[in-house]
Amino acid sequence: MIRTPLRPLARILPARDKGENPDVIERENIRRRHEEMQDRARARAEGRLLVLGVFFFCVFAVIGARMGLLALSEPVEPLASAPGAAIAAQRADIVDRQGHILATNFETHSLYAQPPQLVDPAAAAKGLATIFPDLDAARLLKDFSGKRKFVWVKKKISPEQKQAVHDLGDPGLLFGPREMRLYPNGHLAAHVMGGASFGKEGVSAAEVIGVAGVEKQFDGYLRDPANGTKPLQLSLDLTVQAAAERVLFGGMRLMNAKGATSILMDVHTGEVISVVSLPDFDPNNRPRPPTEGDASDSPLFNRSVQGVYELGSTFKIFTTALSMDLGLTNPDTMIDIRGPLRWGKFRIKDFHNYGRELSVSQIIVKSSNIGTARMAQQIGAKRQKAFLGALGMFDPTPFEIVEASGGQPLVPRNWSELSTMTISYGHGLSVSPMHLAAGYAAIANGGHYVSPTILKQDGPQYGPRVLSPDAAAQSRVMLRKVVTEGTASFGEVPGYAVGGKTGTADKPKPRGGYYDDKVIATFASMFPVNDPKYVLIVTLDEPSVHSYGEQRRTAGWTAVPVAAEMIARVAPLLGLRPSVESAPVAGITLTSN
Amino acid sequence: MKGVAYVLAALAVFGLAFWAYRENYATQRVLGETQQLQRDIGAAQVRLGVLKAEWAYLNRPGRLLELAELNFDRLGLLPLRATQFGRVDQVIYPVDPPLSIVNPVDVSTMNARNNGSGNAPAGGKFP
Repeated sequence: MIRTPLRPLARILPARDKGENPDVIERENIRRRHEEMQDRARARAEGRLLVLGVFFFCVFAVIGARMGLLALSEPVEPLASAPGAAIAAQRADIVDRQGHILATNFETHSLYAQPPQLVDPAAAAKGLATIFPDLDAARLLKDFSGKRKFVWVKKKISPEQKQAVHDLGDPGLLFGPREMRLYPNGHLAAHVMGGASFGKEGVSAAEVIGVAGVEKQFDGYLRDPANGTKPLQLSLDLTVQAAAERVLFGGMRLMNAKGATSILMDVHTGEVISVVSLPDFDPNNRPRPPTEGDASDSPLFNRSVQGVYELGSTFKIFTTALSMDLGLTNPDTMIDIRGPLRWGKFRIKDFHNYGRELSVSQIIVKSSNIGTARMAQQIGAKRQKAFLGALGMFDPTPFEIVEASGGQPLVPRNWSELSTMTISYGHGLSVSPMHLAAGYAAIANGGHYVSPTILKQDGPQYGPRVLSPDAAAQSRVMLRKVVTEGTASFGEVPGYAVGGKTGTADKPKPRGGYYDDKVIATFASMFPVNDPKYVLIVTLDEPSVHSYGEQRRTAGWTAVPVAAEMIARVAPLLGLRPSVESAPVAGITLTSN
Repeated sequence: MKGVAYVLAALAVFGLAFWAYRENYATQRVLGETQQLQRDIGAAQVRLGVLKAEWAYLNRPGRLLELAELNFDRLGLLPLRATQFGRVDQVIYPVDPPLSIVNPVDVSTMNARNNGSGNAPAGGKFP
């Protein structure tokens, strides 16, 4: 570039000669030069702005086009995603404590029809009615020949049925994939499983939702796709559950009971190893809830958590345990049992006359109502109420199936001294067998409350202490004596020291009062009693058995033999080693100091 | 000099374009394979689920009990009872073999631990 000099001699010299100021020329030149520089700078800046503008336009265009494409196109899964992540989007399995499958999913098909595409609606309706005998051909024909464009025919069909429908060859009959819930063990643990059904239904998929039991309680967990490969592990043991159901069913038949329930619970962890309620149902084909009659007659009724009854003398051990815990008595304290004990117009009587006085231990062994009522008077309403509250007797059990929240105990509104006395031997307070199991677990594990749970636990789950270890140990010795020399003599199982308490309570009439000939017979037991591992509650509803020339309904003749058979069957399965009986001697030594 | 640079640049562009073309198709092929594999995995998982369900169905306790009762003559299976427990010393182990070793064979003691008894090995050197 040629630079113009600021003071060109060719102009300066003539200007000097003329007497003009040469600086004017210089300033003029400087001005011109600055103008040129300005022009150049502007052009450059404009160019840069243009480039930047084009760049931004392109970027916006690309982003806009991409957004438009994304919005318009069908969503597809990324091809190169991690394997397995996209596949396990189904309801999680339910397994028992050993990992055996209790509930899983099964691929099947649903059948629907699009009537406009049917070639021969009459033949299709007739063919379907022969394949599915429960369908009505006339009704189908009405649906197929009407204005409807879409008709559900069957929600679940088997592969054989699908092939048969294929063979009909009508293009208007179509299949949609379905995932159905399968309970391979059928009736086993039916009340725990509950059942599942379809929620929202589409042609290509349907939502599977839990309707009862753990299926409903843990619906959120089971449906979460993140848990597709992580099964829900329950505390149940399939083998033990099967054995318990078999024994209980046989026992219910033998004792002519109309219903029965049993609960086997680990006393340290609170895990329920087996819970049976009879009669039961098949969760694969869950019956409809009854619309009339007594809900407790339905097979859907879960007696173990919903059957709230007065459980009778099984409560006596709570009274004596509390009394010993408070230091009011010890196992050898003599209590006046002369009867009948009058309270206003109410009279408390014993089943037999046991004489003038009995030791606390003998009161449990003989099951004296008067004795426990007298002890309850010493304890007082307030302390009794606090103790039973700590054992969870006033609230529905925290057992994790939806039905458990319906098992609200019936507590007297006004806890009078008479209530204290009757509740001491199990009348006036109605609880479910699951409540009783939790209460006996506290005695069995040395005085800690444990909440019953259906989920597998790691190690002991002790709650707050409700009893001193000494009172619990003394109570266990008494419970052992009930079996060796008391009302539960049929409960002796060779090899397993069983301790327990019987309870026979009259059933309440729906309109008040009690039946004379209908009872709830309960045996609450623990084994092996010197170091209890399990609590077993067996309850029979309206048992009645004819033996030794008499009609017998008491728990000692009905529930106890069933429980003993159950322990004999179940304890080896639980891995408990039978022991030669030396334990009670040690136990007796313990109480004497 | 400039010409050479242009030619080289053009060749580089050709080469890169060819490479990108090949990579593109290779990627598409691998993606296709992945998709097929995932379909296979899905089918295998469905099959596995069905097999597990069938296994659970065939091993349901009620069926096993019936089979045990049907085949009682051959198997003689009864429910487990407390009387079937035993102590370890009640278990009959196979008796010791009656043959005793009469002609012991010399074996090499090289690199064997010397417990202080017997002769030091001839060939071995110990620190």
